[in-house]
Amino acid sequence: MEIGQGLSYLVGGLTSISVLILLSLGLAIIFGLRGIINLAHGEFVMLGAYLTLQFFRWNIPIVIGILLSAAVMFVFGLIVERLLIRRLYGRPEAIMLVTWGLGLILIQSVTIIFGPTTEGVPIPFGSFFVGNFSISIYSLILIACAIASFAVIFVLLKKTSLGLRARAVARSEPMSSSLGVNTRRVDAGIFAAGAAVTGATGGLLAPFIGISPQMGGTFIAESFMVVIVGGANFLLGLPLAALLLGGVQFSFASFTAPFFGQLALLLMAMIIIRFRPNGIAPETSRR
Amino acid sequence: MVVSVMGKTNRRGWAAKLAALGFAGLLVASCGGGSSEDGSTDGGASPDNGGATATQDSGGGASGDPIKVGSILDMTGGYSGYGLPMEAAARLAVEDINANGGVLGRPLDLLSADAQSDVAVYTQEARGFATDDDVAVVIGGISSASREAMRPVFTSAQKLYIYPTLYEGGVCDKNTIVTGPTPSQQMEPLLRWAAEQEGLKKWYVLAADYNYGQIAAKWTQVYAEEFGAEIVGGPTFFDLSVNNFSSEIPAIQASGADLIVSLLVGADQDNFYKQWASAGLNQTTTIVSPVFGFGSEQVTVGPAAEGIVAAWPYVAEVESAENNAFKAAWEAAGIKEAITPSAEAVWNAWHLWAAAANAAGSVDRDAVIATMESGSVEYVGPGGTLKIDPGSHHAIQPMYLVRADGSGKWEVIEQLTPSADPLYEQSVCDLVANPDINQQFEP
Repeated sequence: MEIGQGLSYLVGGLTSISVLILLSLGLAIIFGLRGIINLAHGEFVMLGAYLTLQFFRWNIPIVIGILLSAAVMFVFGLIVERLLIRRLYGRPEAIMLVTWGLGLILIQSVTIIFGPTTEGVPIPFGSFFVGNFSISIYSLILIACAIASFAVIFVLLKKTSLGLRARAVARSEPMSSSLGVNTRRVDAGIFAAGAAVTGATGGLLAPFIGISPQMGGTFIAESFMVVIVGGANFLLGLPLAALLLGGVQFSFASFTAPFFGQLALLLMAMIIIRFRPNGIAPETSRR
Repeated sequence: MVVSVMGKTNRRGWAAKLAALGFAGLLVASCGGGSSEDGSTDGGASPDNGGATATQDSGGGASGDPIKVGSILDMTGGYSGYGLPMEAAARLAVEDINANGGVLGRPLDLLSADAQSDVAVYTQEARGFATDDDVAVVIGGISSASREAMRPVFTSAQKLYIYPTLYEGGVCDKNTIVTGPTPSQQMEPLLRWAAEQEGLKKWYVLAADYNYGQIAAKWTQVYAEEFGAEIVGGPTFFDLSVNNFSSEIPAIQASGADLIVSLLVGADQDNFYKQWASAGLNQTTTIVSPVFGFGSEQVTVGPAAEGIVAAWPYVAEVESAENNAFKAAWEAAGIKEAITPSAEAVWNAWHLWAAAANAAGSVDRDAVIATMESGSVEYVGPGGTLKIDPGSHHAIQPMYLVRADGSGKWEVIEQLTPSADPLYEQSVCDLVANPDINQQFEP
C-alpha cells in the first residue's frame, strides 16, 4: 500500500468519526446535562443546513454563514425552550412527544418554504494529491472542526463559571437553586447552546452531505447511538464512542461492504451497552 | 380524495340513480356513433389526427359525461421531489386532452391520489380505484416497490394500469403498460457509448441496495462483457440512507477505475457526486449514470455534476416544437418544480392512453389493450415519437445521450436513431402470443 492510499483511508476514517462527533455533540449537551431527549435533533441539523444555504444565497461567505446559522439557532433554541420544554422538565416522555411533533412541523414548514428538493451548497476549497491519491481539503476541515468544537465545549464546561453553573444544575437542580444559581436561565442556556452547536453542524455538513427537508431522519439514529454508548459524562464518553463506532463502521464498510459497516456499528453498540448499560463514561457520582 | 368521491356517489340516493340510468342510455347511443366514426378514420391513428377528429366531435359531445381516470403519485414525503412534477404533468396532460376534445368527445375527470411516499398508501389507493367501476385507467407509481404493490391489485380487478417511471425492466403483464425506459433502452446505449470512448474500459460500479440497483448492477455486468470492458471494482451496494461515502472513495481510487457506473438513487446518495468532486476526482474519472437526472440532479448537485453522462428519453433541452409547447404550458401553469424526464413520461402516458382509447372507440380495458397491441398507437411527445410495443407492452421511445454542464443544464451529445426498443422485454415477453404471462423477468 503506498503512502497516498494509506493517508486517503486515514482521512476517510477520521472524516466519518468527525461527522459522528459533530452530529452528536449538540444532542449530548442537551441530553447529558439536562436529560432531555430531543427527537427534533435531526431537524435542528436540517435547519442549520437550510440557514447556511440561505446565507450562501445571499452571498455571505460560508464560514460566516455557518456562524450566523449557529447564532440564529441559539435564539431558536431559547424560544423552543421557553415555549415547549420549560414546563416539561422531569417528564421525559412528554418532552419526547413534544419534540417529535416539533420535528414534523419543521420538516413540513421547510418543505413549504424551500420545496422538497433544492440546490445545495457546493463543497468549497478543492483538493490536493499525495502520490496518486487525491484528498479533499473539506474533509480535513471537518476533522479540524470536530476537534475544535469539542475543545471549545470542554473548556467552556470545565474552565468557566458558566460551565460550573451548568454542571452544578446538572448534578442537582434544587441544591444549585438554593445556592443562588438562576437555574431557569441555565436550563435555557444549555438547551440553546445545544441547538446552536447542532445548527453549526448542519451548516458544516450542508456542503458535504446535502440538503433536504427529510435529511434529519438519517442522522437521528446515529446521533442517539453515539450519545447513549458514550454515557452521561459525554466529555469523556462522546469522543470514545464516536471513535469506536465510527472506526468499526468505516473499517467494515471499506474492506467488506457498506452493509457490513452498518451491521458492525449496530453490533458494537449492542455489545457495549450489554456490558456497560450506562455507557462508556457514566456520571458515577450523579445519584 | 378517492374515498370522498366514492362516498358522494353512494349518497346520491335513488333519484340520482334514475338519472344515471338515463345517462347510461345516452352513453350507449353516443358510443355506438363514436365507434363507427373512429372506424372511418382508422388510417390516421396518430394523436394529432385523433385530436382533430375529436375536436370536430366536441361540438356535440365534449360536454358529455366525464370519464373518470386515476393518478397515484407521491405528493408529500420523501418521494415528493419526484412525485410533484409528475403530478403536475398529469394535470397538464388531462387539461391538454380535454382542450383537444377529450376522449371519445368526453372530457376526462382526473382523480389524483397522494401516496405520501408510503407503499401501504399505494395499496390502499389502488384498491379504491380498482373497486370503482367508473375509473377507466390508473397511471402512477414511482418506486418499483410502489408498482409491485399496485400491479396485482389492478390485475386481479382487470383495471388497466400504466406505469410511467424509469425502472429495472422485465415486467410482463397483460394488464400493465410501461412508458418509462428500461435498462435495455437506457443502459445499453449509455454503456455502449462509454465503452467506445478512448480509455474508459475499467469500470467501477456503485449501486443503491434495492431491486432497481441490484438488477441494474447485473445489467452493467452483462453489458461490460458484451462491450469488452472490465469491472475493476464493485458492485458496491449502499443502503438508500447512506450519505457519507468517505469509506468508498479511497477504494475507488485504489482500483484504478477510469469510469464509474453510478446506480445511486435518492437525495442522500446524490451526495456521492459532491464528495467525489470535492476530492477533485471528477477531473480524472468519468461518471455515467442511467438515473442521474431523475430528480433534477443536474441542478441539485450543482457544479459537481459537470461531466456526468446520462441517457434519457427526454431532457428539457430537446429542441422540438412539441417540447416548446410543453414547456410553455408548464410555465403558463405556474408550476415551480422543474420538468423531469418522469414528468414527460407521465404526459406521454396520458396521451398514449387517450390516443388508444380514441382509436379503439371505447375506454373499455380489453378494447384499449387490443388497440395498443395492434401496434398502431403512437404519440409525438416533447421528446419525440413513442409507440407501444405490442408484445412487451413497453414504450418504444426516443433516447438522448446527455452530459451535465455543471450549471444545471444538459448538453445533448447525440440522439439515438431511430429510437430505443425495449430489447430485453421483447426477447422474453410476448403478451400477444402468451397473454397469461404475469411475471417480472430478470437477466
